[in-house]
Amino acid sequence: MTGVLQRTPGTGTGAPAQARRRPRRLRPHVLVFVAPFFTAFALFFLAPIGYAIYQSFFKLTSSGLGLTEPTVDFAGLGNYVTALTDEAFTGSVVRVLVFSAIEVPIMVVCALGLALLLDSARARFRAFFRVSYFLPYGVPGVIASLLWGFLYVPQTSPLVDLLAAAGLPHDFLRADTILLAIANIATWQFAGYNMLVLIAGLQAVPRELYEAARVDGAGELRIAWHIKIPLVRAPLILITVFTLIGTLQLFVEPLILKPMTTAITSDYTPNLAAYNQAFGQANTHLASAMATLIAIMAFVISFGFLRLVNRKGNRAW
Amino acid sequence: MVNRIRPGTVVVLALLFAAAAYFLLPVVWVLIAATKSTADLFGTFGLWSPDPQLGQNLSRLFGTGVFGRWIVNSFLYAGLGALAATLLSTAAGYAMAKYPFTGREALFNLVLAGVLVPPTVLALPTYLIFSEAGMTGTFWSVLLPGIVSPFGVYLARIHANAAIPDALLESARLDGAGEYRIFVSIGLKIMSPALVTIFLFQFISIWNNYFLPLVMLSDQNLYPVTLGLGLWNSQTFRDPAFFELTVTGAAVSALLLVLTMASLQRFWRAGLTAGSVKE
Repeated sequence: MTGVLQRTPGTGTGAPAQARRRPRRLRPHVLVFVAPFFTAFALFFLAPIGYAIYQSFFKLTSSGLGLTEPTVDFAGLGNYVTALTDEAFTGSVVRVLVFSAIEVPIMVVCALGLALLLDSARARFRAFFRVSYFLPYGVPGVIASLLWGFLYVPQTSPLVDLLAAAGLPHDFLRADTILLAIANIATWQFAGYNMLVLIAGLQAVPRELYEAARVDGAGELRIAWHIKIPLVRAPLILITVFTLIGTLQLFVEPLILKPMTTAITSDYTPNLAAYNQAFGQANTHLASAMATLIAIMAFVISFGFLRLVNRKGNRAW
Repeated sequence: MVNRIRPGTVVVLALLFAAAAYFLLPVVWVLIAATKSTADLFGTFGLWSPDPQLGQNLSRLFGTGVFGRWIVNSFLYAGLGALAATLLSTAAGYAMAKYPFTGREALFNLVLAGVLVPPTVLALPTYLIFSEAGMTGTFWSVLLPGIVSPFGVYLARIHANAAIPDALLESARLDGAGEYRIFVSIGLKIMSPALVTIFLFQFISIWNNYFLPLVMLSDQNLYPVTLGLGLWNSQTFRDPAFFELTVTGAAVSALLLVLTMASLQRFWRAGLTAGSVKE
């Protein structure tokens, strides 16, 4: 309020002086700029998280005969104990950790490989390749999973036909291959996007650096290994963290592939388990505890990773 | 002529073409499959359509009535949500870049933490709180969560920091322009590449979000196209006719987005540079 009063008369001299002093108070126009976002952020971001955490400390107790209304009782950490001692849930956590261990290296190698190939002096038709690698990013996860599902099922897949004709293994939907089949869908969707992030990083490198290296007799491979890769360290860390977070959230791909194979159960990943608790078992309190555990896990792992790489060298961001 | 093509070039090109084949294969498959009858879908080689009937499949797809509606819904959820998200996060990011105030860095750290929270984590908690408020099953329950983009605030702030000189704002103030007018006529104009990027990222993020509409909606008329196709796919086991609908629907919606992405590629690249390169 006072800010407005101060600014109305004689703004000509008052405002610049005020701006130069840089007052730390939240002035009304600043509030108008930031309040809409932070209101929405509080309502649709912080409040749901807070509410889920709150709900996770309660449980629904129904009376033995079901004659009276079930009551909501304080459960303390009961739901967390239930979740963490439930073998199906802990199994799903281990499964996504294994999945991350498979998918993150595949993703980083693919994205980096494609970026270096396109950035190399030998590449041709760059625009065409860039667009075709990036296209899958625009295909929603559901549709990507449907498409690859059809390419995995022997009845509709030209891929299975070709592999079978060549005498190669072609069963994508067995229990021991399904994680790789899902990893392939995720790689297909996001490798091109991550490649663009790395290319943006590579293009920030002054070209003279490569010229100097070439004059010194370095080949393309040595330039890639000794100059380009170290220079895209920050974007590499960025795509690693985002892939890591994404893999821990695995949900749509197994949900869509589920009808095609017996290898996927209704609590195959932590998110599926939480979804199943909320809608299959109608236990929103246990589902809240699971959702909270998933969020904590994602946070601990991604911050832990950032810590680890930041300690070794420069800060990534 | 031939001497100019070195072995290294051949290897690089072979790898690039192999990768292109991999990325394009599912898209090519679905475009071919969309021209087939259900019998041909299962009975013929996947990359060849002996008896194309695309027109018939399309008229059956849109004849359901509900598919066109799903497409419109998706555009409404993603378009309106991304538009609101762009405005909110640009205003917030601009203010956080240009006006120092108490608690600014703490708020920004909160936003950064928000960037690391994927939409999947939020879907179930958002459902719980909307269900408490009695708002599940409505158009708003899918639209409103989409207007928040912490990534947008992050991008808007670094872009405003890098692209809008303080001296320009000072001289506008000396000329007597108010802070709102400066934002609208200088800030928004300079930040327009960032605006497009924020809009596109949020559009894709809303369009691709499956978990949120899945938990929120029960009325098929409110479904976005992703949820609708998931529904059809889950019904294929009891009626194989749904295969044809699912495949043709997937082809149409994949094509829609792929065309949009390809035509807006230069905006993507501008935004990626802003988001990923260390300041």
